[in-house]
Amino acid sequence: MDGLQSSVLEFRSSTFFAPVLVLYSNDMHAIALHLQEKIASAPDFFKSSPVLFDLTELNEHGQEIDVAALIALLRQSGLCPVGIRGGNDAQARLALASSIPVDSGRSSGSARLELSNAPAAMPEIQAMVVKEVSHAPAMLVTQPVRSGQRIYAGGDLVILSQVSAGAEIMAEGNIHVYNTLRGRALAGVQGNTAARLFCLDLQAELVSIAGVYKTSEDLKASIKKKPLQVYLQDQALIVEELN
Amino acid sequence: MARIIVVTSGKGGVGKTTTSAAIAMGLAKRGHKTAVIDFDVGLRNLDLIMGCERRVVYDFVNVINGEANLNQALIRDKNCNQLYILPASQTRDKDALTLEGVGRVLEELSKDFKYIVCDSPAGIEKGANLAMYYADDAFVVTNPEVSSVRDSDRMLGILASKSRRAELRMDPIKEFLLLTRYDPSRVESGEMLSLEDVQEILSLHLLGIIPESKSVLNASNAGIPVILDEKSDAGQAYADVVARYLGEKRPHRFVENKKGFLRKLFGGK
Repeated sequence: MDGLQSSVLEFRSSTFFAPVLVLYSNDMHAIALHLQEKIASAPDFFKSSPVLFDLTELNEHGQEIDVAALIALLRQSGLCPVGIRGGNDAQARLALASSIPVDSGRSSGSARLELSNAPAAMPEIQAMVVKEVSHAPAMLVTQPVRSGQRIYAGGDLVILSQVSAGAEIMAEGNIHVYNTLRGRALAGVQGNTAARLFCLDLQAELVSIAGVYKTSEDLKASIKKKPLQVYLQDQALIVEELN
Repeated sequence: MARIIVVTSGKGGVGKTTTSAAIAMGLAKRGHKTAVIDFDVGLRNLDLIMGCERRVVYDFVNVINGEANLNQALIRDKNCNQLYILPASQTRDKDALTLEGVGRVLEELSKDFKYIVCDSPAGIEKGANLAMYYADDAFVVTNPEVSSVRDSDRMLGILASKSRRAELRMDPIKEFLLLTRYDPSRVESGEMLSLEDVQEILSLHLLGIIPESKSVLNASNAGIPVILDEKSDAGQAYADVVARYLGEKRPHRFVENKKGFLRKLFGGK
């Protein structure tokens, strides 16, 4: 709605998605090498991507690291470091000196974003993100999800009302719909192949687990109005009645 | 404070303006001072349906731009002195409306009126967004066919997320379903979605079913809201809608085929 806002600015609370870079070695050379390799595997995904670096593992093993050099390296690699996690006081101060804020908690795992090209880059980043998934709280939706609406959950997604045709629900974890599902449902969007979809009445336009999908054309009409689950087995999507 | 009602649908040609005119007249006839605003700037129609097109001097855009005051632009209906019409401009487009300007006009009207009916243009762009932004209640006008139902569903999503009530985290807009142009015989033959089909998809509180009726076209052409045609089925259906909106309990009519009884009698299909 262009030009409809009457005020100049406002602060809104929002959560966003960023990969977390967990370091297991303080060898700058090795980090540079591995980073390059990872980025080369999914350049689109990593290009100018915000990244949070996690020093918990290093500090647990008493390995010192040059925070300023690490930040410089990340920026050189085309990443945008936006936070430090698990650093000691000195490391946190150094990060702040480079305008990198300190993330103290692990609770902020939930994420909400409009991810368009990430699913293509999924397998490469899987190991990294799956770690995060387990920390995200489940998102609960009680209102109907109408055509044109999108919902993204960083963890599990629980929907009590109907999901209309033309709506899109996505979760990094499992999806539960305790009603009729007519829109698109994508579980495990960050590559979690163990994610499942549960639903009381599957009339979906598309269902997907970790990028493997079926459209309504491939779904049998006989599955309508029955509680069922969808999961991945050997790269194949299995639709099965719940008993 | 006035109650602001938006009559909306997403899809065009489903009966928004007919409905706006009918319910505004219905509310006014019951003694509630009511204003009805045409938000379809550039495609002004409400004045025709209300039969006041020859009395339009100033319009909604003039009031927003400060070129006229509200009293100059409001047209008193000739059939009911509790009803006023604020026509749209035919020579401008939807960009002439601003969120702030619309808010100002609605606030001023709120002081004096009990109900304000906003006749939304089709689509989900600026005009439709502005028509629903300040609403307290929404009448979602839907025809019993798939594309209309889907567009209504989309509109319901927008009502739930982009209105003033949503942005200020107040109680959500109250949404009501109005199923228009319903033809039970075509439902029976499978050419039209049934009330149950529509309700299964939208799950909304049903305010009324308006049957497909010649009286609607006649009323439009005559410039008299169809609700004043008390003998017609559509007019009675709209009277029921207004009564239900005001809290009366009335059974739904016009769901069954009139010929159903005779057919049953003769065992035909």
